[in-house]
Amino acid sequence: MHANSLKSRLLCLAGGAALTVAALVGAQSSAEAKSSLSLGMVLEPPHLDATAGAAAAIDEVVYQNIFQGLTRIGADGSVLPSLAKSWDVSDDGLTYRFHLNTGVVFHDGTPFSAQDVKFSFDRARSEDSVNAQKPLFSAIEEVVVVDPDTVDIKLNTPSGNLTYNLAWGDAIIVSAKSVDTNKTHPVGTGPFKFDRWMKGQEIRVSRFDKYWGDQPKLEQASFRIISDPNAAFAAMISGDLDAFPLFPTPETIVQFQADPRFEVAIGTTEGETILAMNNARGPLKNKLVRQAISHAIDKQALIDGAMFGFGTPIGTHFAPHHPAYTDLTGLYPYDLAKAKELLTEAGYPDGFSATLKLPPPTYARRGGELIASDLKKIGIDLKIIPVEWAQWLSEVYKETNYDFTIVSHVEPMDIGIYGRENYYFNYHSEAFTKLIEQLNVTADDAQRNELLVQAQKLITDDAVNVYLFQLAKSGVWNANVKGLWINAPMPSNDLSQVYWANE
Amino acid sequence: MLWFAFLRLIGLMTTLLAASLVIFVVLEVIPGDPAEVMLGLNAQADTLAALRAELGLNAPVYTRYINWVLGMLHGDFGVSYTYSVPVAELIGERVQVSLPLASGALILSTALAIPIGVYSARHHGKIIDTGIMAVAQIGIAVPNFWIAILMVYVFAIVLRILPSGGFPGWDENFFGSLQALLLPVIALALPQASILARVMRSALLDVLHEDYIRTARAKGLSNKATLWRHGVRNALIPVLTILGLQFSFLIAGTVIIENAFYLPGLGRLIFQGITQRDLIVVKSSVMLLVALTIIVTFLVDIAYAAIDPRLRRRP
Repeated sequence: MHANSLKSRLLCLAGGAALTVAALVGAQSSAEAKSSLSLGMVLEPPHLDATAGAAAAIDEVVYQNIFQGLTRIGADGSVLPSLAKSWDVSDDGLTYRFHLNTGVVFHDGTPFSAQDVKFSFDRARSEDSVNAQKPLFSAIEEVVVVDPDTVDIKLNTPSGNLTYNLAWGDAIIVSAKSVDTNKTHPVGTGPFKFDRWMKGQEIRVSRFDKYWGDQPKLEQASFRIISDPNAAFAAMISGDLDAFPLFPTPETIVQFQADPRFEVAIGTTEGETILAMNNARGPLKNKLVRQAISHAIDKQALIDGAMFGFGTPIGTHFAPHHPAYTDLTGLYPYDLAKAKELLTEAGYPDGFSATLKLPPPTYARRGGELIASDLKKIGIDLKIIPVEWAQWLSEVYKETNYDFTIVSHVEPMDIGIYGRENYYFNYHSEAFTKLIEQLNVTADDAQRNELLVQAQKLITDDAVNVYLFQLAKSGVWNANVKGLWINAPMPSNDLSQVYWANE
Repeated sequence: MLWFAFLRLIGLMTTLLAASLVIFVVLEVIPGDPAEVMLGLNAQADTLAALRAELGLNAPVYTRYINWVLGMLHGDFGVSYTYSVPVAELIGERVQVSLPLASGALILSTALAIPIGVYSARHHGKIIDTGIMAVAQIGIAVPNFWIAILMVYVFAIVLRILPSGGFPGWDENFFGSLQALLLPVIALALPQASILARVMRSALLDVLHEDYIRTARAKGLSNKATLWRHGVRNALIPVLTILGLQFSFLIAGTVIIENAFYLPGLGRLIFQGITQRDLIVVKSSVMLLVALTIIVTFLVDIAYAAIDPRLRRRP
């Protein structure tokens, strides 16, 4: 290598790098056409088959966009017709007859009929089903095709929840022809068809021309995966993204609220955030101890401190926007003297030590520190152990090897978990199990609500867990984007009603 | 030379095998069941069992290990538990981002570091040298994700001349893809360039005190010619060593940078695979990176031997 050539080569390298940099800057592409929408998501769906996984991210992409069920959940949480235009219930409550919409085709051109309904539900209920919400179908005895546009669902026991259950993303209707490839190339009956999935980057859908219902206004939509909170903020504020329906950093919301380019929508979710206690372990077996702990935690300070004020105090395991909700927040006010008294009565005047296992979400990690300092005031010494989700599922949820944990129960209407055998709270109550059994065979709304109120009171009296707050849904989007869901009654980003207002 | 290469090759194979064993065992030991992660809180026991059977998680440990290693030898890296597509395909897609990112950073850091290092050494002890070295010290101390955030703030939020992240894909938008990689490459390159510039400078200063430099000057070569012909050339050897070592740092750096700029690269694939317990993806991708690192080290070793004849004669 000759000296001068070495020098010139190095200079060339440096010059070339500088030129490339210069060429790349300043040629930012212009804004997208107004018939497309890009949405940010924190977690990438593992696959796109909503019948084979629990990840909410799957439903956030496919539910009501690509796939549809017999019924659907509206933005306000009510059960609405979808593929079934109406239904009748027999007098004994054991047969539901669904009348299906006509002229429906799957994205691959296959016509939809009652056969597909039978196929989908039989598959979800089968022995080798991998449906994450299999219990939704437990009341179904048989699915009978009456004619191509009518299907009967026969139940083994009356189920007041059936039409609601069938509105879950896990109960969508799939076609036998495309079912095996739905994970990578979903084919449904919805207003949008799947285009492309650039893994780790984005999922694209576009308007389905042969959609049976009203055509959506959007032509295209892309779901972009942005897991880093700082990157999410940058993508939104720089205008690279049009919407972030579940914005991950509450602390930056104020900045968007102050900026007229953006719309900030704070809504509700189905996420009851609780300090779960292992009711079968040590001092926590004692109801008085659990009540003392309930008194010792300042819930409003927790909402302000960990969630920047976004969240609603609950007092029980129930969503505050549901008609059957009863306000029990006054039952355990923040009262250290009372907490100390209860703890002494229970035989732990000096408190005790225990562990607090925290999964990754912000509410848990930040909330955990505040709770640990609250409980220290009554002598309970918590050792914080951060865990990953996978670890949480196996250690806390499955093996119930924990004392305390913080988690948000995002499944809608899930108070029934308190009646489950060996559920991770290790709570056993004959009275509660009876209430749930009664609820399952009650179809009348007023009676159901009454039973639900009783159930809420029971678990709160027993102080099974500390009920912290209802998780808020903080969405941020371009001020011209209209029609996105403000609340999240079910995991979904229903795009069928979304449009751009005039510039 | 051939014998030397052969011995190094044996070493390479043994290291790879040992690495595969370590990776496999570590991932077996960490808590978390892929089926549970996929099916969530409401899954029934029979549903979990059905999924485990589908994923082939019921075979004994040693069978799974042997199948995995044999598969990789045939180029079969297994099928992702969550994505349900071949891992090789996933890796293939991700390499299209990570490879340009890492090599771009390598080129940029070299292109910045060598001229700066030489310049600094030539002005040794002067205020400009102290200034450059102070800046380089900051470059080493500042973590690359912070540089990333800072650059996004300046170029994407304030100036709005570059995207804040993401990757449009080479086939769809070549220029946009280059653009998307620009800030990540710089964020990844700056700390490496700082280290390299310091190494270049001190290596050159060492060399400039050697006898042969004095000889070169004595035989009448100009200062400049001495510097480039005898100084820089000899000083490049330690720089090459550092470059080889930096490769693994670059790989580690891509994990962080890819998260900061939400690029669909190999680092994020591994990161995501760990949280979702998509163990087959983690195992195979990590194995690939290990292999890559070992091969680079192997090539550097061979390159030394090619440059320096003394190394070849070692038994």
